Amino acid sequence: MDVELRGITKRFGPITANRNVNLTIRAGEVLGLLGENGAGKSTLMTVLCGLYSPSEGEILIDGKPVRFAGPGDAIAAGIGMVHQHFMLIPVFSVAENVVLGVEPTGRLDRLDLVTARAQVRSINETYGLEVDPDALVGDLPVGLQQRVEIIKVLFRSAELVIFDEPTAVLTPQEVEDFFKIVRSLRDDGKAIVFITHKLNEILEIADRISVLRAGEIVGEGDPKALSEADLAEMMVGRPVSFTVAKAPFAPGEVLLEVDDLTVLRDDDSLAVDRLDLQVHRGEIVGIAGVQGNGQTALVEALTGLARIAGGTLRFAGGDITRASTRERHRLGIAHIPEDRQRTGLIPAFTIAENMVLDTYYDERFSAGPVIRWDAVNRAAARASIDFDVRTDSVFNAVGTLSGGNQQKVIIAREMSRDTQLLIAAQPTRGIDVGSIEYIHRRIAEARDEGDGVLIVSSELDEILALSDRIVVMFRGRIVAEFDGNDPGISRKAIGLAMAGATA
Amino acid sequence: MTAMPDTPDIPARPARKLDTARQRQARVAGWVLMGLAVLVALVFARDSAGMAVFRLSRPNDPLALPDLVVAAAPYNYFAAALLAFLGARQFMRGGMRWTSLSLGLGLFIAVTAFLVWATAGKAFSLTGMLQATVVRAVPIALGGLAGVLSERVAVVNIAIEGMLLAGAFTGALIGSLLGGWGGLAAAVAMGGVFGFILAALVVTYRVDQIIAGVVINLFVLGVTSYVSSQVYQEYRFLNNAPVFAPVKIPLLGDLPVIGPVLFNQNLFVYGAMVMVAVATYYLFHTRYGLRARAVGEHPRAADTLGINVYRTRYINVTIAGMVAGFGGAWFTLGSVGRFDENMTGGRGYIGLAAMIFGRWHPVGALAAALVFGFADSLQQKLALLQTPIPSEFLAMAPYIATIVLVAGLIGRARPPAADGQPYIKE
Repeated sequence: MDVELRGITKRFGPITANRNVNLTIRAGEVLGLLGENGAGKSTLMTVLCGLYSPSEGEILIDGKPVRFAGPGDAIAAGIGMVHQHFMLIPVFSVAENVVLGVEPTGRLDRLDLVTARAQVRSINETYGLEVDPDALVGDLPVGLQQRVEIIKVLFRSAELVIFDEPTAVLTPQEVEDFFKIVRSLRDDGKAIVFITHKLNEILEIADRISVLRAGEIVGEGDPKALSEADLAEMMVGRPVSFTVAKAPFAPGEVLLEVDDLTVLRDDDSLAVDRLDLQVHRGEIVGIAGVQGNGQTALVEALTGLARIAGGTLRFAGGDITRASTRERHRLGIAHIPEDRQRTGLIPAFTIAENMVLDTYYDERFSAGPVIRWDAVNRAAARASIDFDVRTDSVFNAVGTLSGGNQQKVIIAREMSRDTQLLIAAQPTRGIDVGSIEYIHRRIAEARDEGDGVLIVSSELDEILALSDRIVVMFRGRIVAEFDGNDPGISRKAIGLAMAGATA
Repeated sequence: MTAMPDTPDIPARPARKLDTARQRQARVAGWVLMGLAVLVALVFARDSAGMAVFRLSRPNDPLALPDLVVAAAPYNYFAAALLAFLGARQFMRGGMRWTSLSLGLGLFIAVTAFLVWATAGKAFSLTGMLQATVVRAVPIALGGLAGVLSERVAVVNIAIEGMLLAGAFTGALIGSLLGGWGGLAAAVAMGGVFGFILAALVVTYRVDQIIAGVVINLFVLGVTSYVSSQVYQEYRFLNNAPVFAPVKIPLLGDLPVIGPVLFNQNLFVYGAMVMVAVATYYLFHTRYGLRARAVGEHPRAADTLGINVYRTRYINVTIAGMVAGFGGAWFTLGSVGRFDENMTGGRGYIGLAAMIFGRWHPVGALAAALVFGFADSLQQKLALLQTPIPSEFLAMAPYIATIVLVAGLIGRARPPAADGQPYIKE
């Protein structure tokens, strides 16, 4: 099945997410769609799979124009999408998730789960997917959840499969397995769209590449004739540097000492399992690992947000195991939380209000119970300039800023005071390359000035670019440690450790 | 090619004593049980004299059972000892494994001890109380079922109280004019209308779900109170509906205890049982039930699969309203035949508690409703036994049961993931 997008424009109120996009997708071919976060890749594909209707332009399938009133029409036309945030229902079984919407039924509308299971098994066998149809989706690791999404699409006999940032949640080994599945789908004659912002992956898997920037197609090409640098320049619109400048590594004394730390999840299972860790002054420690291996709980325990079930934390010589979040904050621990929308910022508050969420009680900003707004606003304006927050006024709601600028507001809040330890969780997730460069530079500067830095990231490239020392977390434990300044460091070894193999 | 490799060979470390949430819960349960033991021993057992006689059958029943006679003081000392034992083992190793079961058993024992104490030296019809339990559970169960149906599609339904009241009012009014069946049909239809209105407010106009529910409740309360206090004073024939009489099911109705309790009841009791069964089948065994639950858990995922989220919510909330309308008719057509101001008295809210306690499952909601119905009938029957507890306190029993169950015993019941959130398509 060949699909053509012709002159697609999608507007949300005053914002144009896609402008006059032309794209051809052919059967038996992997089209790589490259673009920065916010470039409009996902919007374009949501139009193609019928969730949004285009403001202008048309979609042609095998040369004939089609109109989708909803996702049901797109599915019927043979278009399937594996969303970046999985569209799975955790409390349903694999079979229930797969058949939802096209359920086989018997008399009295009774669900025929026996047939559903058999159909899941037969797709399993055809593509070697190995997913238990009776497992609850919520119990599966993300790699398998992704396969459930693939089964869902194949079950609806899709001829065009769209993958939106499919590798973001996978380990390097899982990515290899995933690529094998994609190739077997392509060889089976399916048309594939592979959306990503990762340059090495697109060069490996795509047969043809289109680059999207600010909602428009800015380049197309053959992966054999393009380098990562070419693609990066097309994607960002200017040459990009991949390395972070840092002073030579000169660690000071131990700043943070985590001893035998245990943290439990809500259901009493172990999130962090007797973990030991040290961070020195002037050192960046990167925690690599697949999401969900206890990194979030570790960060929450360090910052006072999670209950510590066992073990001790020492900071700058003092015991902070039982210290409150504010006490830790006052001691100079800065925290960039992993979810800026939910825990990092209050989207409806202004930039100025968000900038003082942690210091509003300070006498600089309040006189007794009254907040000194003029002082707050002046400080926020200065910090916005210092930290490159692109806005015309500190009175804008933070929720109206781009992801990169939101993240810079958090960085400004956390780093514009006297800090000793910076804990940054996913500091650059989902933001544009320009902001990533800026934030990485700021983090490296904090380390050069003698702060200790702890970075948690699911992007191995980010860990590799910044860290002096890399530790790998797996099921709540540190299972491997690497020298981040070793030029011969092995991505493969780190990837294996992330998947739980011991070195 | 598997996604997750086997657990790596990390040397196992000795398990450590951790203060887990379950242990804390177990300790709290232990103290509660100990407290009950002390209460039973010091109050109920010391003050019990003679025999407590529980009548199970009436003398002229075809299969009459003999009375259950319990020596009051020994039974209550035994109950206290049992409670103390259950409490103590909560503090022992592994005690937390049976926390919920122990607590449930403990409460049951404490209730029996209370009954024995209240009945000591007197006679009391156990079957009569169980029969009243079932009758009084009906509106709560139907309210809870209405809650299940709408919350399973993620619409929080505070308006159940108003729907019950609208059903009661409409049932009495139309029942007075057209007879019982006409009244019943009108009550169901009126419930459906309010269900549809709620769906329109929260699905299409995205009014806050709590506010929309409260608005419906206040509106229904206002209109029905006005009509019953102003119009019915003058036109009494408008508020004089027939009552559905109990229908005895042949053979089953003659069984001792369960016959009168379950098989010699009116239409509403049978209707509630059938509806719970049908709703369970619908939600968990049919295509449309699967879709409804998907809409309640992850509406966007349902939407990407071509399921119409809005239509699903409209249909389910409207059906929920019809169920509540049927439950409302119980107050008038199933009970007294006339409408009184605010005669539902918060049963809709208790129904919501039953839904939560029943973990958003129709059968669970029914079981929880029976607990509330028991508390309700207990206070009514105990008034006859002339216990030293003031009747005002006894009247609180259903509400206290609500608070205790919702706050204390449920633990972490998990509502549908999208419960209460509007779905915005674009």
